[in-house]
Amino acid sequence: MMNSATVVQRNELLRMSHIEKKFRGDIVALRNLNLSIKEGDFLSLLGPSGCGKSTALRLIAGLLSPTSGTIDWQGGKGDDDLGVVFQEPTLMPWARVKDNVWLPFRLRGKSFASVNGEIMQALQLVGLEDFQNAFPRELSGGMKMRVSIARALVTRPRLLLMDEPFAALDEITRHRLNEDLLALRQAIGCTIIFVTHSVFESVFLSDRIVVMAARPGRIIGELNVDVPYPRSEAFRTSPEYASAASAASKILEQAMGEVI
Amino acid sequence: MTTLGIESETAIDVEEERRERQKKIYRVAQWMLPSLVLLFMVGGWQAYVTIAEVPHYILPSPLLIGQTLINDWGLLWPAMAVTGRLTMLALLFAIIGGLSMAIAFTQSKWVELAMFPYAVVLQVTPVVAIAPLLQIYVDSAFVAALLCAWLVAFFPILSNSIIGLKSADHNLQDLFKIYGATKWQKLRYLALPSALPFFLGGLKIAGGLALIGAVVAEFVIGRAGTGLGLASTLLEASYRFNFGRLYAALILISVMGVAIFGLMSLISYCFLFRWHESALKKEA
Ligand SMILES: Nc1ncnc2c1ncn2[C@@H]1O[C@H](COP(=O)(O)OP(=O)(O)OP(=O)(O)O)[C@@H](O)[C@H]1O
Ligand SMILES: [Mg+2]
Repeated sequence: MMNSATVVQRNELLRMSHIEKKFRGDIVALRNLNLSIKEGDFLSLLGPSGCGKSTALRLIAGLLSPTSGTIDWQGGKGDDDLGVVFQEPTLMPWARVKDNVWLPFRLRGKSFASVNGEIMQALQLVGLEDFQNAFPRELSGGMKMRVSIARALVTRPRLLLMDEPFAALDEITRHRLNEDLLALRQAIGCTIIFVTHSVFESVFLSDRIVVMAARPGRIIGELNVDVPYPRSEAFRTSPEYASAASAASKILEQAMGEVI
Repeated sequence: MTTLGIESETAIDVEEERRERQKKIYRVAQWMLPSLVLLFMVGGWQAYVTIAEVPHYILPSPLLIGQTLINDWGLLWPAMAVTGRLTMLALLFAIIGGLSMAIAFTQSKWVELAMFPYAVVLQVTPVVAIAPLLQIYVDSAFVAALLCAWLVAFFPILSNSIIGLKSADHNLQDLFKIYGATKWQKLRYLALPSALPFFLGGLKIAGGLALIGAVVAEFVIGRAGTGLGLASTLLEASYRFNFGRLYAALILISVMGVAIFGLMSLISYCFLFRWHESALKKEA
């Protein structure tokens, strides 16, 4: 597969070509969406409400199928290639933390004992190994989100989809989780597509920001944040951060402007 | 007040202590007050009957009822056992029938479309109207009564379970889909646990209804001298103006009702206390 020309270039993981998605016949949620996701990307989808960010994620996750266009996985999509984190933690309230994390394996018929190591490792990654026996209602909002992330990562997916995962959290918790997410990615190195409303969150986290506009949902610009990882809290006050944020804001303003 | 002049830190302790004490008082009052009310009512009743010399075939005194409870125990206890068995069996079959029907309905739209109207018809038809028919078609009075009680009890379980089975979180449903869950896995690991609180709510209602169904069935079916359980005993006692026994039977029936409610609440608590919001004790 690998040829000499792509040694420095990262391999493509997923390609969406000419995607069009209509709902109920005439609502165009996405029009002519073309997106190539490379291995190791931390890509943010940034855009106003209703521009089709969630729809794009649901298409990639296979929960929706496009009206036209194709989504191609490099090397085909395997069983454990995908992890998803929603805006809500989406835990099973009747199951303990460790059993919630077990779910992806359980649905593949794997016993708890056979994947105990992976489950504990995933909980360790999000710093919740001491809470493995707790029930979701005993956890704070941020901790629940961590469990949700552990569950998404437990199968070591090639691609992690996150749909505004921290939008419902307070700012302090959100910053903490932003940093921890970067550390996590550093540790296990998966590709991430991250949906957000927040320019600042997208700049802090990602190396690629794709800005979308609504009606019809489409991509109107892309921006690279060429600041190497690991990024620390100090990055938030650096000039690179400020300039990237203002560039992203400009594209976003354009997206909003077109709506009115 | 003894707290006068004490520094604020100890004032908090005092406040805490006061609240502790109040909680303790409340706990005792929870039992004491209803008991006192009962005592006064029974005492007043006894006094009225004694002083006004009310004849026992109009209003028996609590003392007489107590005596009847003891003297007729050999007759009342078997009757209570029959009514108890009737109620519990009806409830058991209602659980089996209601739950499996609910699962069938939610697994297949077609089954639901075809069958649900009849489940409703069965429910809204008063049992009293069906009981005489059942008596004709079914030889055993016990089985006929059981059918009646079952008919009354199963609907709340059915309708609650249907709502519950459909109430699973949408994102969780998506997650199951993403991980390629089978239909059975979705039912076992998602729909059934989601339905549990709803099912248990239905169970509480069904427990009371099963007893009501059993009593009504006994009234209607047990009349032909086939004396079934407590309700039949009660009816017979009323024909004979044996009001002591009538009241004794009535008391036993309501004791059974309370016991069933208590049992269902306990079952519900046991299943939910670890994880469900309804069983969450707020720290005061
Ligand atoms: N199941 C559906 N049926 C009909 N229309 C839908 C459906 N899902 C989404 N849409 C429409 O598609 C458009 C894009 O929706 P989508 O949820 O993808 O937006 P979004 O960018 O995620 O918005 P938000 O930031 O508010 O989550 C919206 O106009 C929405 O009304
Ligand atoms: Mg969305």
